[in-house]
Amino acid sequence: MLLKKLYNLVIVLAAGLALAAPVAAASKVTLLNVSYDPTRELYQSFNKSFADYWFKTTGTALEINQSHGGSGKQGRAVIDGLQADVVTLALAYDIDVIAAKTDLLPGNWQSRLPHNSTPYTSTIVFLVRKGNPKGIKDWDDLVKPGVAVITPNPKTSGGARWNYLAAWGYALKHWNNDEGQAREFLTALFKNVPVLDTGARGSTTTFVERKIGDVLLAWENEAYLVVDQLGKGDYEIVTPSLSILAEPPVALVDRNVDRHGTRKVAQAYLEYLYTEEGQEIAAQHYYRPRLEAVAQKYAAQFPSLNLITIDAVFGGWKKAQEAHFADKGIFDQITQSN
Amino acid sequence: MSRRFVQPSILPGFSLSLGFTVFYLSLIVLIPLSMLFVKTATLSLSGFWEVVTSARTLAAYRLSFGTALVSALVNAVFGLVVAWVLVRYSFPGKRIVDALVDFPLALPTAVAGIALTELYAPTGWVGRYLALVGIKGAFSPLGITIALTFIGLPFVVRTVQPVLEELDPQLEEAAASLGANRWQTLRKVVFPVIFPSLLTGFTLAFARAIGEYGSVIFIAGNMPMKTEIAPLLIMTKLEQYDYAGATAIAVGMLLISFVLLASGNFLQWHISKKLGKA
Amino acid sequence: MRTRTEPRFVRIMLVTTALVFLGIFLVLPLACVFHNAFAKGWGYYLGTLRHPDALAAMRMTMITALVAVPLNLVFGVAASWAIVKFDFKGRDFLLSLIDLPLSVSPVISGLVFVLFFGAQGVMGPWLTAHNIQILFAPPAIILATIFVTFPMVARELIPVMRAQGSEEEEAALTLGASGWKTFWRVTIPNIRWGILYGIILCNARAMGEFGAVSVVSGHIRGLTNTLPLHVEILYNEYQFTAAFAAASVLALLAIVTLIAKTFVEAAIRSGR
Repeated sequence: MLLKKLYNLVIVLAAGLALAAPVAAASKVTLLNVSYDPTRELYQSFNKSFADYWFKTTGTALEINQSHGGSGKQGRAVIDGLQADVVTLALAYDIDVIAAKTDLLPGNWQSRLPHNSTPYTSTIVFLVRKGNPKGIKDWDDLVKPGVAVITPNPKTSGGARWNYLAAWGYALKHWNNDEGQAREFLTALFKNVPVLDTGARGSTTTFVERKIGDVLLAWENEAYLVVDQLGKGDYEIVTPSLSILAEPPVALVDRNVDRHGTRKVAQAYLEYLYTEEGQEIAAQHYYRPRLEAVAQKYAAQFPSLNLITIDAVFGGWKKAQEAHFADKGIFDQITQSN
Repeated sequence: MSRRFVQPSILPGFSLSLGFTVFYLSLIVLIPLSMLFVKTATLSLSGFWEVVTSARTLAAYRLSFGTALVSALVNAVFGLVVAWVLVRYSFPGKRIVDALVDFPLALPTAVAGIALTELYAPTGWVGRYLALVGIKGAFSPLGITIALTFIGLPFVVRTVQPVLEELDPQLEEAAASLGANRWQTLRKVVFPVIFPSLLTGFTLAFARAIGEYGSVIFIAGNMPMKTEIAPLLIMTKLEQYDYAGATAIAVGMLLISFVLLASGNFLQWHISKKLGKA
Repeated sequence: MRTRTEPRFVRIMLVTTALVFLGIFLVLPLACVFHNAFAKGWGYYLGTLRHPDALAAMRMTMITALVAVPLNLVFGVAASWAIVKFDFKGRDFLLSLIDLPLSVSPVISGLVFVLFFGAQGVMGPWLTAHNIQILFAPPAIILATIFVTFPMVARELIPVMRAQGSEEEEAALTLGASGWKTFWRVTIPNIRWGILYGIILCNARAMGEFGAVSVVSGHIRGLTNTLPLHVEILYNEYQFTAAFAAASVLALLAIVTLIAKTFVEAAIRSGR
């Protein structure tokens, strides 16, 4: 009697789960792009354009789903089984980890597409309030007493890691590669940070909606978005003397596309990012395009500045990650000495 | 002291109901929860100790347990007042107020978090006045305490209220006729009776506050060492692919809460026993 | 009479204290949600709620509650029957185990399912081999919700059943009714308001859970977002008014829950 009841219950439970599970074999082709926080608007436009293009060339209707969140969190979700066909994250390290922890994609993923698999680049700039009341011009203005700096947490946000590394790069240059000085500089900078949000979007909200802080360290594209959409005339973008070339990479998740049978369309999706149309959309959303023709067309919108690269200054993401952001790394040390 | 597993009863369905209860409990709660310990076991004991005693973890524990304690205390005091007022006095709109007490249980925590941040940020309805006198509402331990007070509010009221309702008025009358003044009656007669339930409510509010995530995350500020709560630290570890570290902090939290809850229960049991004798 | 209650000014002071406290902590946040939700007017409000993603999130929330609440209801009835009607060894221990999910952080509740069903988890390889998606799909959202709302019905039913006692059931059985018949005809009608009360509270929590669901959802727009997650997404897209509009739906739900609860309580009282 008891056993039979239990058995019935198991059936009911299983049926409930089965009913709730999404039907895998949909007639329509679907793609899942797992991305980081600030690309929401970019991929909204890009997905529309690509779906049209795909329908025109193949006659198949395409549905593209998006998942956004902090870059590290998104990478972890893919490792844990989020069925991403393509990943478009904030930095190469997060995709490296996927390759290292799983066999979802090969270790050499970054060499499979042009420009280190980064179809667009960006950099880190300052967003200040109208009239720049604190007179912030460059990185060394950020450590002055009384200046409140808003940045997300480098532990959880990809953008924040670029922020941090750009500041570090500036300090190294300023003090002739003296690491001790750079460490002091970063310590002073983070002393001026009143709120450490978990993601780039949280920081922007803190700065714009809560009116906290004098300067927001932000992705260039994010800074333009704020100026354009959130507060016309309320904010100004300040370009520092030196910043970092931020390369947000894209990759095909081989195992997942093979299981879904979407390799062809996923590959085309990523390649479309490099076409003139794709580059045009990226530029419209204030990502710096790779394609020369498009770059020239939008040249006025992107001020030229001295850009360091992660490979030249930090010896690549793996080294940077281990030295700075791992547990007990330099970031932990400077925030604990505060 | 040989006692049978179950006392005989003429009611049927013991094995069915208990069997199902244990089965469902194991399936939904115990087996998944055991994963936590399995995963933590991949760390050596010294590794576990290192994670849970690192400066940052300790700061997070201190913040989580500290703010939870303060908010539970605030709720114990004001919850008692609210319960007393709802049971003993009549005033216009009492029914509405009574219903409103459960609002934090019904409102999703994320919504609570956004609303409270909106209120207590320096630009918010309340925050701007706090800012005038130099108090930081949101993005400080105060903000965390406010959010935790919000979510723990119903517990004290709802545990004390029924006990107050059941309280026999004759006890108070007897005390009064024996010459006790009102304050003495309250202190010597009423308070001892409601104290165990007050303690239960306090422990429930405290336990709920320790683990709270959704409402706190928006208002906290999340600065390591300063305004980073333990559940956020778990999330942070997760996002760095550090599962063992994340589960270690989680297990540490569970153990501390368990000890606190158990001592609360013990205290309550002890007190009711003492009161029963007196 | 004077010694049985407090002086008038003390009473007024206490009532005022209670009302101010509740005003600050309950009414103000509620007012804030609606104030912000309608900041751009009715048209905008309705527009954001009719957005396909918002509708999909509402659907997901509904499905979750529709699965989670009945399962926890069955469990709650079985558990309270075993615990109230019988005296057995380890009963108190069982009671505290049932309460366990209430004291576990929602983040941990989500985490355990990641450890269990994730691709790197215990069940991961098997699930992948059989092409079954649980994590980052509705099943995990439902499971996490069941976990978080696990004790809600049982907690409400146990005191009700205890107050009811077992005499009526014993009488029915002595008169020759079968066990099931007794259960359906005697027990269930006696505890029906308690059941309803439990359902209402369980449902409110199931629809509103954020922390645990956030860990296991995967945040795929239109597919695995519940309404609380949708609020967060809109908030992160700088659509603050839209976020508060979605939040106001949840707040409205909370208010409906409270009204329903008040009615049920009144029914329980008059039933006594």
